[in-house]
Amino acid sequence: MGQERIVGKPVLRKEGVAKVCGRAQYIDDLTLPEMLYGATVRSSIARGRILGIEFGVGVPWDEFVIVTATDIPGENEIALINHDWPCLAAEFVNHPEEPIALLAHPDRHLLPKAVAAVRVTYEEWPAVFSMEESERADPVVWGKDNVFKSFLMEKGDVDAMWSQADRVVEGEYATGAQEHLYIENNGAIAAYSADEGLTVWGSLQCPFYVHKSLVKMTGLPEEKVRIVQVETGGAFGGKEDYPSMIGAHAALLAMKSGKPVKIVYDRAEDMAATTKRHPSRVRHRTAVTSDGKLLGAEIEIALDGGAYSTLSATVLSRATIHAGGPYHWPNIRVRSKALATNYPPHGAFRGFGAPQSLFAIERHMDHIAEALGIAPDELRRRNLLKPGQTTTTGQLIQEDIDLERLMDRALAESDYHAKRERFARENAGARMKKKGIGLAAFLHGSGFTGSGERYLNSLAAMDVTAEGKARVLVSSTEFGQGTNTILCQIAAETLGIDYDAVEMGPPDTSVVPNTGPTVASRTSMVVGKLVHSAAVGLKKTLLASGLLHEGYATDEFVLAARTYVTQHGTLRAESRYEAPPGVHWDDQQYRGEAYAAYAWAVYVAEVTVDMATYGVVVDDFVAVQEVGRVLNPVLATGQIEGGVAQGIGWALYEKVVWGRGRMQNNQMTNYIIPTSQDIPPIRVFFEERPLGHGAYGAKGIGELPMDGPAPAILNAIAHATGKQFDCVPLLPEDMFRAMTVGEPAQEAVVL
Amino acid sequence: MSVQHYSLVVNGELKRVATHPMARLLDVLRCDLLLTGTKEGCGEGECGACSVLLNGELVNSCLIPVAQADGAEIETVEGLGANEQLHAVQRAFLECGGAQCGMCTPGMLVASAHLLRKNPHPDLAAIREGLNGNLCRCTGYMRIFEAVERAVTSVGEERA
Ligand code: FES
Ligand code: FES
Repeated sequence: MGQERIVGKPVLRKEGVAKVCGRAQYIDDLTLPEMLYGATVRSSIARGRILGIEFGVGVPWDEFVIVTATDIPGENEIALINHDWPCLAAEFVNHPEEPIALLAHPDRHLLPKAVAAVRVTYEEWPAVFSMEESERADPVVWGKDNVFKSFLMEKGDVDAMWSQADRVVEGEYATGAQEHLYIENNGAIAAYSADEGLTVWGSLQCPFYVHKSLVKMTGLPEEKVRIVQVETGGAFGGKEDYPSMIGAHAALLAMKSGKPVKIVYDRAEDMAATTKRHPSRVRHRTAVTSDGKLLGAEIEIALDGGAYSTLSATVLSRATIHAGGPYHWPNIRVRSKALATNYPPHGAFRGFGAPQSLFAIERHMDHIAEALGIAPDELRRRNLLKPGQTTTTGQLIQEDIDLERLMDRALAESDYHAKRERFARENAGARMKKKGIGLAAFLHGSGFTGSGERYLNSLAAMDVTAEGKARVLVSSTEFGQGTNTILCQIAAETLGIDYDAVEMGPPDTSVVPNTGPTVASRTSMVVGKLVHSAAVGLKKTLLASGLLHEGYATDEFVLAARTYVTQHGTLRAESRYEAPPGVHWDDQQYRGEAYAAYAWAVYVAEVTVDMATYGVVVDDFVAVQEVGRVLNPVLATGQIEGGVAQGIGWALYEKVVWGRGRMQNNQMTNYIIPTSQDIPPIRVFFEERPLGHGAYGAKGIGELPMDGPAPAILNAIAHATGKQFDCVPLLPEDMFRAMTVGEPAQEAVVL
Repeated sequence: MSVQHYSLVVNGELKRVATHPMARLLDVLRCDLLLTGTKEGCGEGECGACSVLLNGELVNSCLIPVAQADGAEIETVEGLGANEQLHAVQRAFLECGGAQCGMCTPGMLVASAHLLRKNPHPDLAAIREGLNGNLCRCTGYMRIFEAVERAVTSVGEERA
């Protein structure tokens, strides 16, 4: 570490100049000749049978292109894990806002009126709006029993261990839905001709997910479907699954009309219709000794998956594996299930199940600490995982981790001990403002869970352009996290050339190989490694050709590459994923190496609670983490800060209000995210250790910061107020109710 | 309502458009004048992605009917840098990591430039306040604050 010229340096974002000049082209900035605008007719009820679709008077319907499920040439399906998510509802609807019909017209101003003039009649059926109703399986709204997926994960002998416990501590924790609120709404443009096939441009994370789904939906051969990602204005998981839907809709209208069609949602439609973070309920029952040793636990996780299974099984998997937190459990049993309800499907959101289960364990640790009369940091310290111990899946910790050191640093940077003591003293005399400080320790697995990376079988490539510049060819996409920059840094470092002599190939499925989806904090670790080996291959070829000699400068590389291309036509090297040695996973038993590497962190939040308004202000936030090698300090710091801000939002501001399965506050006016005046100083520290399996020792980083803020903040609120709150979001009205009426902070928000 | 003619001075150039009086300034900029740097995030005055300067005042262009902007001077992100030269705030955003996905960035830059014109030496509290109409979902704002602070310094240095 430290010898590199480009890796680890704050080089400028590749597409940064285009972004600060307003030149970057997002989906709504593009217009094709003769383009039509598309809109979606959606279900107004939560569940029922469609009886008819009528096109009301006052609209020149002959000018419109109209698509319903009968126009779908292939399977009526958005292809993800199961086969239950229709592209357009044909006979039944299972959630409000489910797409039923599509309209297109050259004048986009005519669309809202036309959509309103379509009358769908239904036979309404009883629907399910809570996990408890779903568990009762009456009515059954999905499969045989409303269960999308369940897991049982066991380590040690849980049943035998309870007798050795000095104390058993129980708790129940809940988290709400969260809207991604990327500033750019979902959108896609599709164009089709029989000769050239179908092209879809979109704001999206995973070009090959959309490709797979559209091949299935259109019945076209793979090579006749082309997906191109355009500049994407934020995603956070929200553009992992849904672009397959909006892309399919634009494609259907384009295929029927023969003209390009653009569909861009407005904010209200995006918020009401697209996916959100899974709401959760987690129950803990823990056996401890009186000196604070964790003996074992039983944990039950339930996630609300919404009406279709989408990605719920994999979200649940990550929630299950992260349920025990960063602690050593001699015995543990985790039972988990993802349940069907009649909300719009919940989907991927930064953290992907881990924030839910880590919120629970990190609140629970504070409850245990209180029950035992041990300080929260000390209880954690006695149980943090160490090298040589095994995780809840039985994965041996081989990395030379030092979690106590992370904790010490977080406590020191936040002045935790002094403040803990001082606030407790001052709060006793304070009536209006009480202060608190709380912490959370956590981990986040990098890359796909278990055998996921092996199944993905990702391929990356590098080639050179006619000008002799090196080019990274991957399907990993940029949506703000820094993919372009870090992959070019890795390539430039490995090739021994300047950062400016490397560029990204277009994120276009007809040009780049399938490097897998841009999710799961896998880009820097998994894809970075592939880019590294492709770069090694490229360099070898050039050296072997005799056109380039060791000790070369960038301009010599460029000249040699250009000459090689002139002589041979192309210069290209590929690299395919190989599992790191010693990574084994048993999908049946949920045992083994769940992730090739984990990022680790300890966060500390300091809050002030106004006892008159029940407003909570986060005054200071310390985020200490070990993410392996930091590839770009400015980008990495920005990732952590952005994730912490989203975590603060999830904890204190962002509440989705539901009414019969529909989001009621689907506007930025009444779904509130943190502004520049709500965010405390976020102080980010990296304990840099090149321990990851990625190129130059990198691990994943993007999702980690979403995991810690909510429990740290609620722990701080408990310290300030002396009251325990175990649900997020915790808005002033929730706290008011709990403090004054004594009701639980989380009431069912179903109307 | 019928189509009418309007003239606007956009980034120093006189532009004429024929459109409906209630057409949003945002759409006039993006669709009629093809200045797509100004973004739409909410269409209801909440996010600031559509921020532009109208006669020097910071406004949400999604809330301004073009009739109200007739004859006005408009500045957008495209007008910030002159002659291929980045404006100090653009350079600072680039260097400090103030732009991630870039969707809030044009509005954020216009708001930052506006803030620095009104108050050439804002402290952190003034920066937070000056940008409170511009939502960013990616950065957590820290890099943006740092960028504005750096722009203050670099503008100072250029003058010195
Ligand atoms: S688009 Fe104008 S304020 Fe959001
Ligand atoms: S950079 Fe993405 S919203 Fe601000």
